[in-house]
Amino acid sequence: MSQKVEKLIDKRGLRLDGRKPDELRPIKIEVGVLSNADGSAYIEQGKNKILAAVYGPRELHPKHLALPDRMVLRCRYHMAPFSVQERKSPAPSRREIELSKVIREAVEPAVFVEYYPRTAVDIFVEVLQADGSTRCTSITAASLALADAGIPMRDLVAACSAGKVEDMIVLDLMDVEDKVGSADVPLAYMPNLGVITLLQMDGILTIEEFEKTVNLAIEGCKKIYAMQKEALKAKYVSVKEVEE
Amino acid sequence: MSAATTVVRVKQKQIAQLIAKGKRLDGRGLNDYREIKIEQGIIERAEGSARVLLGKTEVMVGVKIETGEPFPDTPNEGVLTVNAELVPLASPTFEPGPPDENSIELARVVDRGIRESKAIDLEKLCITPGRKVFVIFVDIYVLNHDGNLIDASALAALAALLNTKMFNYEVENGEIKLKPGYTPLPVRRHPVAITFAKINDKLVVDPWLEEEQVMDARITITTDNDGNICAVQKGGSGYFTSKQIFEAAQIAKEKAAEIRKKLGW
Repeated sequence: MSQKVEKLIDKRGLRLDGRKPDELRPIKIEVGVLSNADGSAYIEQGKNKILAAVYGPRELHPKHLALPDRMVLRCRYHMAPFSVQERKSPAPSRREIELSKVIREAVEPAVFVEYYPRTAVDIFVEVLQADGSTRCTSITAASLALADAGIPMRDLVAACSAGKVEDMIVLDLMDVEDKVGSADVPLAYMPNLGVITLLQMDGILTIEEFEKTVNLAIEGCKKIYAMQKEALKAKYVSVKEVEE
Repeated sequence: MSAATTVVRVKQKQIAQLIAKGKRLDGRGLNDYREIKIEQGIIERAEGSARVLLGKTEVMVGVKIETGEPFPDTPNEGVLTVNAELVPLASPTFEPGPPDENSIELARVVDRGIRESKAIDLEKLCITPGRKVFVIFVDIYVLNHDGNLIDASALAALAALLNTKMFNYEVENGEIKLKPGYTPLPVRRHPVAITFAKINDKLVVDPWLEEEQVMDARITITTDNDGNICAVQKGGSGYFTSKQIFEAAQIAKEKAAEIRKKLGW
């Protein structure tokens, strides 16, 4: 990546890919894409291409880790070696271990974990191509895979980033904006309950800018939420057609 | 974990009821921070070191400096590496072995605060652009776990960095030659992390161990000397409303300013 990137926002206030500051990248979602998994989802958000699968509820190994009053929710976020410009070693990096944890903690509030004691539910997220804000795109896909697996949930979790690029607060950062921009706030949200389940930030923001960024990210989550519901319905409508 | 958690489950109700009344089991108010004690320069072999006591939570940080190659995207900057060890002697829940997700998260949150606030002038740590730079290793050693490891570790890391001395040197034919004397590491900002626990929909500052064991979620907000936010991390399997987060940001800014004033940073 060259250090000198052209201006990220042009005179008309548009971004490198022609988006307005509060515009999401094009999103394509498909639910139920893997036949072996209990639930799965594939999402494209800009150049992000991410596959999520859910296995379970199933028996937990090793058994002593099982909890008597709830399921154990596990998550593995992993990037394919070819998903980024320079080949990434397939061994899990510290970043991937942290992201696995925050993604799990972002979807867990949505799940009725107490319905399946002594079991495990595994979420596997594979980033096939990365273009910024992959943790958010992963959460959006993971929550759909959980729903597709029939795990009882309070709400879907939608996630979206917002940040500051050249003094402007913008929605849904892509890779260049994340790297060159001055702040990045990934956020996950349960729109029906109006609560935040993932919030991180790096960069520098004043408190006022921070509030504005969080609110913009929440608006983005609401738009993604509508698309998630469409995608879920689309699968079950097509199943019904096959039956008929 | 299970044994400790069971005992605390009994206390859960008591902790929550007290918090509803604005009180806490250890006698603090909801926004009271525990007493902070800092000792610096305690490990002579390290270029910088500090021990922080936050209540009974005890964290030691040692800073070592080596030379190495810069990252290709920042050829003119030194390298900062933060690592955390949850040492088994610090808690019955810590196991020996490679770093788990908790210690990795701890290290990365502390790292983010130092890095994003630009606390260290990394450009001053370049020896030969693109070839040789100083690598700063910040190793966090948790010695006793009584809650809020993030804040304690962030304080200890900064205290150790402020205590770090670099040997004087000159470059001859690309090789480093030592000169007598030391200069302090160029630390110019003082990021302070403030962590909140959410218990029964109320936020408490600087949770101690039993509060952490019953909390629904936590949030850490790191602010710099200007009161700007430079790092945020939500943790735990619960959630926050945006109102709670904005309140927390405001309190974090005030608390961090108080702490900086008290410590003379």
